[in-house]
Amino acid sequence: MTDLWLWVLAACGIAYVTKLAGYLVPESLLDRPWVGTVSAGLTVGLLTSLVVANTFVSGSAVIVDARVAALVAAAVALWLRAPYLVVVLVGAAAAALARIAGL
Amino acid sequence: MISPAPLTAGLPWTPAVRMGLSIAVAVGLYGISFGALAVAAGLSVGQAVALSALMFTGGSQFAFIGVLSGGGSLAAATTAASLLGVRNAVYGVQVNTLLRPRRTLRPLQAHLTIDESTATALAQADTAEQRRGFWAAGLGVWTLWNLFTLLGALAGERLGDPAAWGLDGAAVAAFLGLLWPRLATRDAHAIAIAAAFVTLVAVPFVPAGIPIIVAAVVSGAMALAQHRRDA
Repeated sequence: MTDLWLWVLAACGIAYVTKLAGYLVPESLLDRPWVGTVSAGLTVGLLTSLVVANTFVSGSAVIVDARVAALVAAAVALWLRAPYLVVVLVGAAAAALARIAGL
Repeated sequence: MISPAPLTAGLPWTPAVRMGLSIAVAVGLYGISFGALAVAAGLSVGQAVALSALMFTGGSQFAFIGVLSGGGSLAAATTAASLLGVRNAVYGVQVNTLLRPRRTLRPLQAHLTIDESTATALAQADTAEQRRGFWAAGLGVWTLWNLFTLLGALAGERLGDPAAWGLDGAAVAAFLGLLWPRLATRDAHAIAIAAAFVTLVAVPFVPAGIPIIVAAVVSGAMALAQHRRDA
């Protein structure tokens, strides 16, 4: 078994134990207002970081390339309330076209 | 009316079931993009499907492959995915309180506890409908998400250069689409701006994949401060 498989399965195990904890850990421990606030904040922070890293980062450099077109196009699609799959396709098309245009 | 799919055998055709299955179709379809991006990030078809079947929480799965495709380590990918999964524990508490499942059912119900099944359950008025909504969305999303992950991964294998098809742009759009509905409040905006800033500042100084962990720590601390301010 390769390293990649081991990490994939370990990450899956952690995800499952996290879900199960919601059912098994005494309610008083997890059902506190700050737990909900912090987990919501973590989700926003992580997703934002992933958006930024996937748009502007290449290796250890911050750059601007065709992916910026994907970010802008996806934001417009979301603003127009397009369905998720359309948003993803719009992002792909924008990056591909921007690359053809030489960005 | 078309007869319900086999996976809903035993589920009556109620509004909660219809809502759950509609969500399953919409969400399941974007399993295609996950499958294709996972293969582009260096995973095998089997590993892509394993993530969808066993991790089964879209945000964490995208985070895992997103960190890897950015050159991050497997440990950083696993950490990012695990932190994004923390909200599922909170959903578990809500669903457990709401549906009071039998002890024997909990392990399966826990696996199906994701954004979509929790939201569908919470949207119903009575307990019977909440149960039906949870299972219709949970089982429906699981089935279609895995099917379309497989299709996307097989297609991704044949695509060749992912950038030429704009797959890196698809990843950007996928994360933005997950983030967008969570940006409803001023506090969320503040956290997003800080996380974006921290990520860009950290990139040149730490190994790939670590900026996202730094952003997680900062956003968790900010959320705690916001909570204390309001308490």
